[in-house]
Amino acid sequence: MSRRRATLDGEVIRSGPATASGRRQAYVRSGAIRPPQERPQGPPEPVARAGAGPLLQVEDLRVEFPTEDGVVHAVDGISFQVERGGTLGIVGESGSGKTVSALTTMGLTRRDGARISGRILFEGRDLLALPEQEMRRIRGNEIAMVFQDPMSSLHPLYRIGSQLVEAVRAHQRLSRAKARARAVELLGLVGIPDPSRRMDDYPHQFSGGMRQRAMIAMALVNDPRLLIADEPTTALDVTVQAQILELLRRLQSELCMAIVIVTHDLGVVAEMAEHVAVMYAGRIVETAPAELLFSGPEHPYTWGLLRSIPTLEGPRLEELAPIPGSPPSLIRRPAGCHFHPRCPYAEPDHARVDPALEPVPADPRHRVACLLGVEARRRIWSGLRAGRALEAAGAASGPHARTT
Amino acid sequence: MTRYILHRLLWGVALLILVAALTFVLFRILPTGDPAKLRAGRNASPRVIADIRHNLGLDRPLITQFWLYMKGLFLHFDLGFSYYSGASVRSLIFQRLPATVSLTVGAALLWLAIGLPVGIVSALRRRSRADRASMGTALLLVSAPEYWLALIVLYLFAADIGQVKVFPGAGSYTGVSSDPWKWFSSLLLPWLVLAASFAAVYARLMRASLIETMGEDYIRTARAKGLTERRVVLRHGVRSAINPIMTIFALDVGTLLGGAILIETVFQIPGVGRLSYDAITHADFPIIQGTVLLVALFIVVANIFVDIAYAFVDPRVRYS
Repeated sequence: MSRRRATLDGEVIRSGPATASGRRQAYVRSGAIRPPQERPQGPPEPVARAGAGPLLQVEDLRVEFPTEDGVVHAVDGISFQVERGGTLGIVGESGSGKTVSALTTMGLTRRDGARISGRILFEGRDLLALPEQEMRRIRGNEIAMVFQDPMSSLHPLYRIGSQLVEAVRAHQRLSRAKARARAVELLGLVGIPDPSRRMDDYPHQFSGGMRQRAMIAMALVNDPRLLIADEPTTALDVTVQAQILELLRRLQSELCMAIVIVTHDLGVVAEMAEHVAVMYAGRIVETAPAELLFSGPEHPYTWGLLRSIPTLEGPRLEELAPIPGSPPSLIRRPAGCHFHPRCPYAEPDHARVDPALEPVPADPRHRVACLLGVEARRRIWSGLRAGRALEAAGAASGPHARTT
Repeated sequence: MTRYILHRLLWGVALLILVAALTFVLFRILPTGDPAKLRAGRNASPRVIADIRHNLGLDRPLITQFWLYMKGLFLHFDLGFSYYSGASVRSLIFQRLPATVSLTVGAALLWLAIGLPVGIVSALRRRSRADRASMGTALLLVSAPEYWLALIVLYLFAADIGQVKVFPGAGSYTGVSSDPWKWFSSLLLPWLVLAASFAAVYARLMRASLIETMGEDYIRTARAKGLTERRVVLRHGVRSAINPIMTIFALDVGTLLGGAILIETVFQIPGVGRLSYDAITHADFPIIQGTVLLVALFIVVANIFVDIAYAFVDPRVRYS
């Protein structure tokens, strides 16, 4: 599946309109692994945008679910921030805590008996301290969410239109007619043809991609400042995936909203995100601006994720390198570095010492939680990259033959 | 859709013919007693019995009897005449139907009004005290035989024999047209007893169905829209959760309209159930056949109704 995905991603991007994310396209074309030609040199570019401070700032967020088998440490002290109009990609395998983080930001884990601590500052207000009533006014209004499976996420018994109108009227005192007009407008904006007629369709009359467009329209009816997209393309056909990402990018620039995109797919991150956080076992193990992460990943887990993506221009015979093992139980996590049982470079004391997320010497925006020495990491990664680049070079001799 | 309904109706008729045939054969093959002997009284001479047998048409070959019965039934809606009283079975059933309908409709409203809210609250406050208490009570009510419950209630509250004389007891049924208030008060206890076990079942069904529905992705979407929890539960949760219950409800009502034998007997309500009970004790075949057919008819109709209703409450259901 991932081989086809990556291929199609690359093609769609190549044929799509030129966007500001031009430099990120390079990663996708090269299979998200080759360092970019225009690697940023010198001091980091300023991140100043309109407004003061970041839009969303999560500080030491912990989410635990007490169960009969023990406490599930779903999210274990993560911090990140999202700038106004910016895009953060949260990457990780299933069970890494990325979805729980997203749902907690929306205030949707409260009723599941979750124990939540830390702070989630949205425009300076701590969402965790807000009473449910006020959180409800933010939900779907200032922060909206798009879910993974658009078939099961839409109510099967109500018309698409009435579900959109309901979302409008949950936050705005509008007449039915005006709310309907707004809903039609949004359906048109997300690219549903003949929107006023499709308003009266039921979800099962929509195709998968159309349903996700409708979900996105529903999330955007109240002009949110932050959109959380939880695996928005995972349940869709590969061709449709690319369209949905393209749609999100277009809407982001038109509506000037920030996006947190939660995914297990580094291809999606490469296309969408300006900043990336890699999660493992409830923690962020590496975080960096996208170009830094893709050009010089520091964490063995990130290496594993990158190496398990097929390259677009590499030889077809090349074996993918999956990460051995599976994510740990979040009830009884491994001692020391949580990744050490799966890490090919782990040393004996890594089972005892718990690494903190610390800045990389080369660039303070790039932080990693790894016990390997800086030099050791550089050596291993350049080794991995050299092996990979060699393979890619062989295929690159005639790459333009297959552009059409 | 029209084609589908016609198709279903035809099958319904076929089913009713089959039921008519089965009951006819069953009651004549099984040794339930000879109606001629029962009618002739004690020490009747063989000759008298033979006469009665002839008058009732019982001396003809079975197949002839069956043919005549089916012909009368489907050409004239004629269910025959009671062996015992000689009255027309059709008119007997029509006389008894109002009481049964009163009992069924009142009880049905009551059990929905109690069962569904209790189920909803239990589902939303799972494992709370309210949930445990109501599910415990439900288990008790489901397990309690309704004739036993009826006797207890009569012992406690009946105006004649009760410890606290508040409600009219057994045998107080009055037609709604003659005295609406007496009709209402006389049915209160039967309604309560009949509704009790059904309310318990419906509370459990509603609870299970709503718990399942509240775990659906579209409920999370509804919450993510920022709807009030009340709206999430009622408009998004209950709306879906109630569909399977509607099916069971239609079938239950259909069955009860054919007569609630135990309740009607204990409270001495002159309904269809009581009619069948008396007919069984007298081996009054035509009446038994008539009431069995009535039950079958109501169940078939209820089934067709459910199927058609589904197309209206669930847009995904399409018949062709």
